[in-house]
Amino acid sequence: MQSFEHNFVLHVPSSTDNLVMIRDFVARVVAKAGFDEKEVMKLALAVDEACANVIEHAYGGGAKEGQVRVKMDFDADKVMIEVVDTGKGFDPSQIPVKDVEQLIRERRSGGLGWRLIRSIMDEVQYQIVPGEKNELKMMKRITKPS
Amino acid sequence: MANAFNLNRSEQEGVIVLGLEGYLDAHTAPLFERAIETEFSAGHTKLIADCAKLDYISSAGLGVFMSFIEDIRSVGGDIKLCAIVPKVYQVFDVLGFPELFDIVDTVPAALARFGEGARKED
Repeated sequence: MQSFEHNFVLHVPSSTDNLVMIRDFVARVVAKAGFDEKEVMKLALAVDEACANVIEHAYGGGAKEGQVRVKMDFDADKVMIEVVDTGKGFDPSQIPVKDVEQLIRERRSGGLGWRLIRSIMDEVQYQIVPGEKNELKMMKRITKPS
Repeated sequence: MANAFNLNRSEQEGVIVLGLEGYLDAHTAPLFERAIETEFSAGHTKLIADCAKLDYISSAGLGVFMSFIEDIRSVGGDIKLCAIVPKVYQVFDVLGFPELFDIVDTVPAALARFGEGARKED
């Protein structure tokens, strides 16, 4: 059974200025969950990327009335992180996967954030609830020191 | 405040050294982008990104390197990266940057690479 003592939620206005607050929040929660320093930084990065996508794509950059919600739960084995917005549904899994070399040749950098999220997290799911919300759910297992 | 990002510019042996300091994310990357754009427009195409004081980078910051490197190399220049701390290096590494960019330990080593005319793609 999950304890509410391990549930954390942060709501912030949609602005890249708030990414630092989101990273600090994620870092503190995952450190509390038992992740080591390197993993803490990577998890904060994955959520930063997810939220930056929401701010730039779901809310189109400047819509500060939009809210980004980051919900985190952890237990002894894993942390679950949800990034929720009510903007334009943007399914990052639809971004074509191109290798970095190809992106460089095309002078583009799109899709890098999504690539980082997938390489860092163990599971990623995206769900659009039409007219209601968009949810990116991510899970990372806690690696126990051997 | 932990989202500060600063750029320190200097010139050594005809090479522009941009010292990146702090947190390079979607909020601060436009500042870095403008700096590279300014150097490129001025014809300065031998650039070193000194990452010794860079505490964090997200895809927005990595994207700046990716957007300019092809144009800069096409005119004989390069962006060399140096002194990346391990927690930041792991982000470069995940995306395969060490295969595509010249990454060395120090600014003098990066200057020496320009002296040798070496480029990662060579």
